[in-house]
Amino acid sequence: MAVDLKYSENEQALRAEIRAWLAEHCPREPLASFDTQAGFEAHRRWEATLHSGRWSMVTWPKEYGGRALNLIEWLIFEEEYYRADAPGRVNQNGVFLFGPTLMEYGTPEQKARFLPRLAAGEDIWAQAWSEPQAGSDLAALRATARRVGDEYVLNGHKIWATRAVYADWAFGLFRTGGAAERHRGLSYVVVPLRASGVRVRGIAQLDGETGFAEIFFEDVRVPVANRIGGEGQGWSIAMATAGFERGLMLRSPARFQRTAQRLVELYRRHAGACEPGVAAAVAQCWMDADAYALATYMTASRLMSGGSIGVEASLNKVFWSELDLTMHRTALSILGARAELFHATGDDSESTRWLEGFLFALAGPIYAGANEIQRNIIAERLLGMPRAVG
Amino acid sequence: MQFTFTEEQLLAAQSLRELLQDHCTGTALRATASALQSNQPDPSGGTRRQELSELGLTPLLVPEDLGGLGLAPIDFVLLAEEAGRAALPEPLVEHAGVALPLLGELARQQPAARAPLERAMADRGWVLFADYGDAPVAWMSAADTVMRTNKSGDAQLFAIGDLKLQRLEGLDPLRPLAVTTFGGATPLAADSSPQVRAATALASVRGAVFTAAEQLGLAQRLVELAVAYTSERRQFGKPIGSNQALKHLLANVQIRIEFARPVVYAAAAALPVSGAPGAAARVRVTHAKLAAGDAADMAARAAIQCHGAMGYSWELDMQFYAKRAWALNAVHGDRNAMGRRIHEDVLAGACAIGPDRLFVT
Repeated sequence: MAVDLKYSENEQALRAEIRAWLAEHCPREPLASFDTQAGFEAHRRWEATLHSGRWSMVTWPKEYGGRALNLIEWLIFEEEYYRADAPGRVNQNGVFLFGPTLMEYGTPEQKARFLPRLAAGEDIWAQAWSEPQAGSDLAALRATARRVGDEYVLNGHKIWATRAVYADWAFGLFRTGGAAERHRGLSYVVVPLRASGVRVRGIAQLDGETGFAEIFFEDVRVPVANRIGGEGQGWSIAMATAGFERGLMLRSPARFQRTAQRLVELYRRHAGACEPGVAAAVAQCWMDADAYALATYMTASRLMSGGSIGVEASLNKVFWSELDLTMHRTALSILGARAELFHATGDDSESTRWLEGFLFALAGPIYAGANEIQRNIIAERLLGMPRAVG
Repeated sequence: MQFTFTEEQLLAAQSLRELLQDHCTGTALRATASALQSNQPDPSGGTRRQELSELGLTPLLVPEDLGGLGLAPIDFVLLAEEAGRAALPEPLVEHAGVALPLLGELARQQPAARAPLERAMADRGWVLFADYGDAPVAWMSAADTVMRTNKSGDAQLFAIGDLKLQRLEGLDPLRPLAVTTFGGATPLAADSSPQVRAATALASVRGAVFTAAEQLGLAQRLVELAVAYTSERRQFGKPIGSNQALKHLLANVQIRIEFARPVVYAAAAALPVSGAPGAAARVRVTHAKLAAGDAADMAARAAIQCHGAMGYSWELDMQFYAKRAWALNAVHGDRNAMGRRIHEDVLAGACAIGPDRLFVT
């Protein structure tokens, strides 16, 4: 072990291979938003294309269509992916959340049943955690899974389920024990969104698109084999997933480095018209995006030498979500009055892209565990400050 | 590609931390501060210097052919962090981390610099590198020799006894300041070779990155002091640290520290053992100095706030760390100069940027 910040020959060769493949296969024009029916299907086809090159799940074992890349190699893949402006990952919930959970907690039968279809983009996954009364306090959730013979009967109301409008499957937490058991009475269950008794209602977001949805379950029957892990173990399994999500893989640094690069390029084109303070803000964004990348390389190295993800998950989540918002706000400040143009085309399509990105970035400090909760975790678990009394 | 310190690097930092825990206690720092102020011998300084000397950090970055260990800046960065953490009242970082490798290169070119190098290697006097113009320089009055670059870019080495020093009182009571009149004094050695020019440029960025490391250590120490106090101090029947307002204040500081630390380490790793640093390495060093300076500023501000009125009192040892943090902001590149460099190198387009350019050197 050492601090050796140079890519090996193998790592450089991998980068070249990824770059060449993306140059050949990446769509020339941006795909329509995956929160529209047509855009969703276009993104599903892109997942299949990625899969055909074995680039859809690069960190997964080879037996499930992956390349068993380590975390440094994954970072290289992500750098090339964002460098190429490749399409967003419509199956992100499946790739980075459900897949890793299944590999850790699923039975061999469950892995064989779900992983190949997930890798090929045949099944797109949505997440079903939150409920109207259970947001940050997720352990207060009420949706039930009642055991009847070889089946669970699901009832309840999930909300803010990302990608659920067009997705095929959802994974989520359901109460198999009493409400008083809180997090000990929960199980992790997967359910097809076309099953009888499931009703999905899209929720329009700030940008007008239905990126998330409510899901109503009325006597939905799923086999017991749809439970991942043991009955009552859902909370710890979901928390492991949440660690992955916030911790590392949900938002790779390359995404923000690419945004920072676009911001610097935008600034260069408008530098003559910018107030003096704008340059400092742009520089700070570039520095913070690089800082997040460097921190991730350090975490990845630590994990590769046997460490496990801890409170970095919370540090990362607060940092990237606020950085993303700051970068977009800074870009809008450069664009001036044209920053307000929505759904614009032609010369103004760039400003529209920043505006859409700004609206999307506003969700960052909220999803995957609100930043206020993350700050509590940092203060209590990393710094050791006293827990709230009463 | 890997980004983890070696066992040896971690152990060396741990040894220094333990030594400084014993020798930089609040009582010891107060004794040093009052000795410096009254120009009396420092009662705790002698033992501390002896112990530091026995730890053998002086020759770490000096090339092997000059009697050193020939290690790289990355081998020193954690030590600088520990020196910062302790608000060490000796110029260990300036001496061993910044000046000595430069004096080594000068001694290679100029025989007159060999005797000062030998004295320094034997821990018989501090060597400093004053690379920030006419500004006051810390520890000048305690030094044996000092190097600087004159207006035509030549490196010069002076005996302190040959210079006129004007002592000044600074904010940090553990870091005695002086302005120096170089004009008229005859240097012990002077050199304009490309090797020494490159070594001077490298010493300058080592100064920036190790100062940033000191600020990291200071920032973390300040957060720890604030956490300890807010966990103990009770109001309204509960520890004040159980309030989210204070938790989030300190969590925000910790986030700034956590995302400055890898930048400082990457900057140290980007620096060569000898020869001038490349453009990308200089950008990362600038980034490191700005990021660590921000973290230290935020930490000092938050730590004072968390201590309430106590935080504003002379009685608290916390002042030593806060004052050092502020003082270091202008050392080896102040915020304005650093911001201008980022502007020129990144915004104006001199350095290529993007997701695949993180480690380009």
